[in-house]
Order: sequence, then C-alpha cells, then structure tokens
Amino acid sequence: MSDAAALAPAGALTPADETELAEAVASARAARAPLTVAGAGSKAGIGRPAQSARTLSTAALTGVTLYEPAEMVIGARAGTPLAVVEATLAERGQMLTFEPMDWRPLLGTTGEPTVGGTAAANVSGPRRIAAGACRDSLIGVRMVNGFGHIVKSGGRVMKNVTGLDLVKLAAGSWGTLGVFSEVIFKVLPAPAQVATLVLHGLDDARAVAALAAGLGSPFEVSGAAHLPASIERVPKTLLRLENVPESIAYRAGELRKLLRPFGSADLVTDDAAKAVWRAVRDATFVVEPRERAVWRVSIAPGKAASFVAALGGLPRQHFYDWGGGLVWLTTDAAGDAGASAIRAALAGTGGHATLARAPAELRAAVDVFQPLPEAMMRLTAGVKASFDPDAILNPGRMYAGV
Amino acid sequence: MSGIAFPAPDADILARRDAIVAGLAELLPPEALIVSEDERRAFETDALTAYRRMPLAVALPSTTEEVAAVMRFCNAQGVKVVPRGAGTSLSGGAIPQEDAVVLGVAKMNRVLDVDFADRTMRVQAGITNLAISQAVAYEGFFYAPDPSSQLACTIAGNIGMNSGGAHCLKYGVTTNNILGVRMVLLDGSVVDIGSDALDAPGYDLLGLVIGSEGQLGVVTEATVRILRAAEGARPVLFGFETSEQAGAAVAAIVAAGIVPVAMEFMDKPAIEICEAFAHAGYPLDVGALLIIEVEGSDAEMDVALARIVEIARAHEVKTIRESKSAMETAAIWKGRKSAFGATGRVADYICMDGTIPTGQLPLVLRRMDEIVKSYGLRVANVFHAGDGNLHPLIMYNVNDPEEARKAEEAGNDILKLCVEVGGCLTGEHGVGIEKRDLMRHQFTQDDLEQQMRVRAVFDRNWLLNPAKVFPLDGRLAA
Repeated sequence: MSDAAALAPAGALTPADETELAEAVASARAARAPLTVAGAGSKAGIGRPAQSARTLSTAALTGVTLYEPAEMVIGARAGTPLAVVEATLAERGQMLTFEPMDWRPLLGTTGEPTVGGTAAANVSGPRRIAAGACRDSLIGVRMVNGFGHIVKSGGRVMKNVTGLDLVKLAAGSWGTLGVFSEVIFKVLPAPAQVATLVLHGLDDARAVAALAAGLGSPFEVSGAAHLPASIERVPKTLLRLENVPESIAYRAGELRKLLRPFGSADLVTDDAAKAVWRAVRDATFVVEPRERAVWRVSIAPGKAASFVAALGGLPRQHFYDWGGGLVWLTTDAAGDAGASAIRAALAGTGGHATLARAPAELRAAVDVFQPLPEAMMRLTAGVKASFDPDAILNPGRMYAGV
Repeated sequence: MSGIAFPAPDADILARRDAIVAGLAELLPPEALIVSEDERRAFETDALTAYRRMPLAVALPSTTEEVAAVMRFCNAQGVKVVPRGAGTSLSGGAIPQEDAVVLGVAKMNRVLDVDFADRTMRVQAGITNLAISQAVAYEGFFYAPDPSSQLACTIAGNIGMNSGGAHCLKYGVTTNNILGVRMVLLDGSVVDIGSDALDAPGYDLLGLVIGSEGQLGVVTEATVRILRAAEGARPVLFGFETSEQAGAAVAAIVAAGIVPVAMEFMDKPAIEICEAFAHAGYPLDVGALLIIEVEGSDAEMDVALARIVEIARAHEVKTIRESKSAMETAAIWKGRKSAFGATGRVADYICMDGTIPTGQLPLVLRRMDEIVKSYGLRVANVFHAGDGNLHPLIMYNVNDPEEARKAEEAGNDILKLCVEVGGCLTGEHGVGIEKRDLMRHQFTQDDLEQQMRVRAVFDRNWLLNPAKVFPLDGRLAA
C-alpha cells in the first residue's frame, strides 16, 4: 500500500489511477454492490448514513497535474490533500478564492481533506459573498460515473460554455453522481493584507443591517459575520477587507464613516484578523459542546434574524456568516433536533437547512438535507439515474432513492 | 453558407400546421401569436445570419402561465419549441426550424423586485441585460456580466448561453451572478430553481440550467445578484509592436498579483477597423493594443495603474494612454465595444469564440494567421486577454458561396486549434448550431452521452431546441 493510500479510510478500495478507478466502479456495478465514495473520509459524518459493501477512496490518486500561475489555474488528482494544493499556491502568492472550510474540528474527524472531497461537498468559506463558492472556482472535472465511464466536463480555461455544465452538477453532489479523478480550479493572487472592522453590542437585526451596509458599499468587503450574545458576551460584528495596504487604510476609514450609525468600529489587522476568519470559516464557535446537533442554514440575509427569532423557545446557540445569509445553529440532539421547528420557520423564505452534525441514529431519522418539492425531487432522481442508474455511488447519502 | 445541416422537418407537423396554429390561438391573446409569413420572417434567424429557417409560428407570451400553456400544448402535440430572447445569439442558438414554434420571452421585460440590502433583484426573463443595470444605477448598483450585445440581449438569453463579457475576469460570468430562476418545463409544469439565498439544497440544477441553451426548459423569471459599483473605473490603453509583447505583458501583470477588472486585446486589423469607425484615438502604428481597466478610488487607481504601467514598460510598450476623464474612458471602450459592428461595415464576418490557455497565445495567434491566410481570407482579432477567450473575426463576402465555405472551414480549423492547445470551442457564445458538429473534437462519446442523458431528464423526445449543441448523428434515441 502506498503512503497515500494509507490515508484512505480503513479497508477501502484505493485505485492507483483513473483506469483502475473506472474498473472498480464498473465491477461494483456488475455485482450490484453499492460503494461508499470517499477521499480521506474527513466528512464521512455528513449526510444520511448508508450501508455499502465497500468504501472506494480516491486517496491514492494524488499529485498536482497542472499549475500555471500566470493563467491562474491549478489542477490536481482528486485524492491530493487540499493542504498540498493550498501550499503549492501559497509559494506563488496565490490562493483558492473560495476559502474552503475545514470540517474536522466541527465533526471531530481526522484525515487529510482532499481536493476531490472539497469539490464533491462544495466546501466554501466566508469569502463566498465576494468570490463565490467552490462551485464557482471549479472549472473542470474528470470523474467516473455509475456506469464506470470516465466523463469530463469543463477544462482548464476559465471561460468555457461548451456543452452542458456537468461541473456544477457534480460539485456538491456528495459523490452520488460520480467519483472525481481530477479537479481543476481557477485561483487568484492572495491579498497583501487582511484587516477586520469590529462593531460591538449589536442585536441580530442591527448587525445584519450593518453587514448589509458594508457589503453594499464600494469597498469590497470580503467577509461579513456576526457573533451574537450566545457566542460572545458582548456581540461582535465583523467586516473583512483584503487588499493592498494603501487600499485597506483608505477603505477601512471610509467604512468606519459609513458604519458610524452602528457604533464605532475597532480595526484588527493581519494575524488576529486572519484567526477570527478561520474561526468563522470552521464554525469553531459552535464546536462545543460536542453532543449538540449543528445545523447549517442558508437564507437571504434580510430574512435571517427574523428566522432565528421565529425559532422562539428552541434552546440554541447561533452565529451568522455571509452577511447574515449563513446561520450556524446548535440544538439539543434529542427528538428531531429541532428539525420540524427549523424547517417550519424557513417555510416560504427560500432558505434551507442542513443537519451538519448529528449522531448517525438522528441522521437516519431526520432529513439531513432539506426535503425538495416534488417536481424538484423528480428532476433530482432523474439526474441521479442519468449518471448512476443502478445506484452504485453513495446511494441514499443525500436523499432516499438518490 | 450551407455547411451546417438542419434535421429534415417533420412532414406530419407541417401538414398539421393549421390545427397547431388554431390550438395556439386558443391559448394566447391575438397579439401574442405571429402567424403571417411576413411577420414570421423577423424570427427566422438570429445574429448568425448566414443561416435561417422559417418557423411554423411564433408565440410571444406575457406571463409564465402563457408560456406554460404553450409548452404543455406543444409537448402534447409533439411540436418542437425553439426558445428565444432577443435573437442576438452569434452561434445560431435561437435559429428556428420549419416544424418548430418559436417561444419568445422578450415581452416579459419587467423588474419585479429590488432588494438593495440583500443585493438581489428579481426580473422577468425578457428584460435586457443593460436594463437590469439601469434599473439599479440610481443607487450605484449594477448587474456584472456585460456581453457586447447588452443593449439588446435578454437575461433569458444570457442564462441560456451563460454569457460573459469584458469584465468577467473580476466579476465572473452569468452562472456566478444568478441565484434563482423560475422555469417552465416541457410538460408545462413550473419549477423554482434556487431562490434569493446564496445556495440551494440538492444538486446544483441552477448551474445545469445556466448555459443549457434552451434545451431544458424556458426561463421566465430570474433572481440576479446586483453589486455596488466601484467608486471609479479607469482604463489605460497600451500599444505594443507585437502581439507577443502584449501577451507577455498580460502574463506579467497577473504574475505580479494584479487582477485588473478587464484586459482586452486587439490586433492590428482590429485596431484599424475600430479606429476608422469609432475614432477612439487608437494608435495606428502598433501591432497590438491592450485596454486594461482598474477600479477603486482615484488614489487607488493611481497606485494600481502605476504598477501596471511599470510592467508594460518592462515589455517595451510603445504607446501609453491613461484616461484622464470620463469622456476619454468612454472613447477607449467605444472602440472595443463596437468591434463587431465596425467589422460588419468593412466586410461580412463570422465571429469565433474559442478559449485558450493564455500561455498559448503567441502560438495560437501565429497559427491562426497561417490558417486564415491559407484560405485566402483576412482576420481581425479582439479578445479577453485575461481569460484567453478569443474572438477572431473572419471576414468574407457573404454573396460568394465559395468564400463563405472557406470562412466556415477556417473558423472550424481555429476552434480545433483552441481545443488542441488545451482550450475549448466556446467561451461565452454557446455551441448553438455553429459549433455543434465540432463537439467530438472536445468531447468523447462517453462525455456526450452523459450530457445527453441529463438532457433527456428534461426532454426525452428532443423537442426543445433540438437541432443545437449535440451532433445530429450518435444522439441517444428517445
């Protein structure tokens, strides 16, 4: 077993190249033996628990396949550790713009997150409001579908509308449509400096309004989060600027003026500024206590505070990212962990909730991913069948029958 | 031109034309149904004018319900439907066929809702790209993707083609700027895909729909992201002796960690054509021209432009012109944005749209020149240098069938070259009919079959814009 394959979950199949990967899926299909699809398994605790004959891991498919700093593009085999790609980029002063969250602290898992897993789970971070999600940076994939066929979509150029965009479909499909063998991202130069403005003592609605004011300014706020009283004794509202130092000095000054109605803002720079955004990114504030269930709610920012208020007496901790558009919420892991109350409060808002952390029994009993309207479920099942007609790849991880 | 085949019209549908028109007339107000040959003629082509087909009828509904009624009827009758926005497609995406009903959404052009705090806006799909930005400009906001045809093209068409524009280096393309759509499926059912939140549950069907070229459904409403405009924007214009020098300067700017909001390239023929038309003050003694735009406050732009100028100097730039006023900025952009129209005054042309890895630029420019010359034709090049999206304009005489054939072949050779060097057939115009028969140069049969199986989830019987995107041979049977 290679070192790389040793990073795979125990007992997993670890094909050494794309051809072997395709063969592994084809033989599983021939045997009608479903596979659990994984990279290093660091996000194994997300989704509906499913029973599969074997785990298929891409952990042995490693290596950067393409890096052209002047073209702002990087490609890597799916099992390449995300950390390797990020370090490769950092050497040339570049970065993945979508700031992928590290799920391990929240889930209490180990293993080295892979680029394939990052794409399959559409893992993104606070910069999403300014630079998009993983799916927006992902410009090309190669994957093996449930037929055992190697399929590519997109490529290495950042503008490409040739054919149906299967890249988007595959991003965030949690391994249910195909197993990535290679992923290609567009990248950007890393900012020269990071600074954060901090407002104090705002309630949720005022905080979201302050974040909206910052995000609606011309100053390119690249992070906008609020830590309410259940997280920080005195609530903190955070707005991030990333730029060259001259711009940061100017823009921080202008933003402070703009935000004056919300109080006077402190300015935090560099390492301290980076640390707080890492904590926002990884939802560090809701990691403890470990026995609590964690929900991830996506909603239009303007509806976020009233959504949380509508939860009424449900005991909870919460904080906001994405200018209020992402709410992390902890609930008691008993009963349905608040699922019905949360989804009732979301009805008609266009928002949705994902049970991000919960024991397996709870994830088996409660819809982990937001249930879809009937017409959307029909399309979803159709898309699944078009990639994986015999339900070989991660069947049931997102929805029953998908 | 005649190189691209259309499927033979379904004789049964043609024979039932009167009944089909009568059926549509029951679903739509009289002004929303176009039947006479004279009036249908306006819909027989789009911006790929070398190809045209007279549609069976044209429906121009005003509501989602009317769109649904037309779709339900056509599906039940087995009648093909060709969705249409403003008909500005350069790839023939909206060209109909004799046995198809054109379903145009251009009458549905209202703004439904604006939310400045959440930076979103809900519009009907027939609104023009520019009208979206104009509707929110009073608060300093705009909708980012800006295709050259933005005055005329609709957001429906932008969604169909995943349109780009000159500023997508910083702001992304359509798919990065849409949060949700209301879409009518072939059976007449209406689905809301996405919402006003940043992401949606389940598979990214929104990402699939955007760029699907009217093959999956008809979009009637969209929720778009709007952005607060930068405090200011200022272009600088550089003239270089050679395209190689210009290309190297672009690479050096990116390598220095600078991402301008736009980097546009024009070669010598394009400079001459655009200058003659727009009188933008472009230098005529250079071999290549770059327009590079930065954004921010005046002081910030001074800093950014100083760094960019320094890099250009290191690459033997011959002419430097920094815009000093809004008028100069407009003039610099007018030349570039009128490139297609200006070329059209000089000659008929076909506009290609391949993308290449930018590192391959010098090689591709040289090979492209050889290709076009080998057919005895001329080419002018304008393209988005930051992202490698090329727009060679191959000039020919539309009244000379032999020359038209040569132009099409030269274009095909150029697109194959784009794929060969690691790029793709189309960066922002879509496949349409134009690149349909080249798809096998980019994709394997397994790739295409996966796409066609996904397509079949929405349209098993090839009724929606059926002559497009996928080569006519090797299609999955219904």
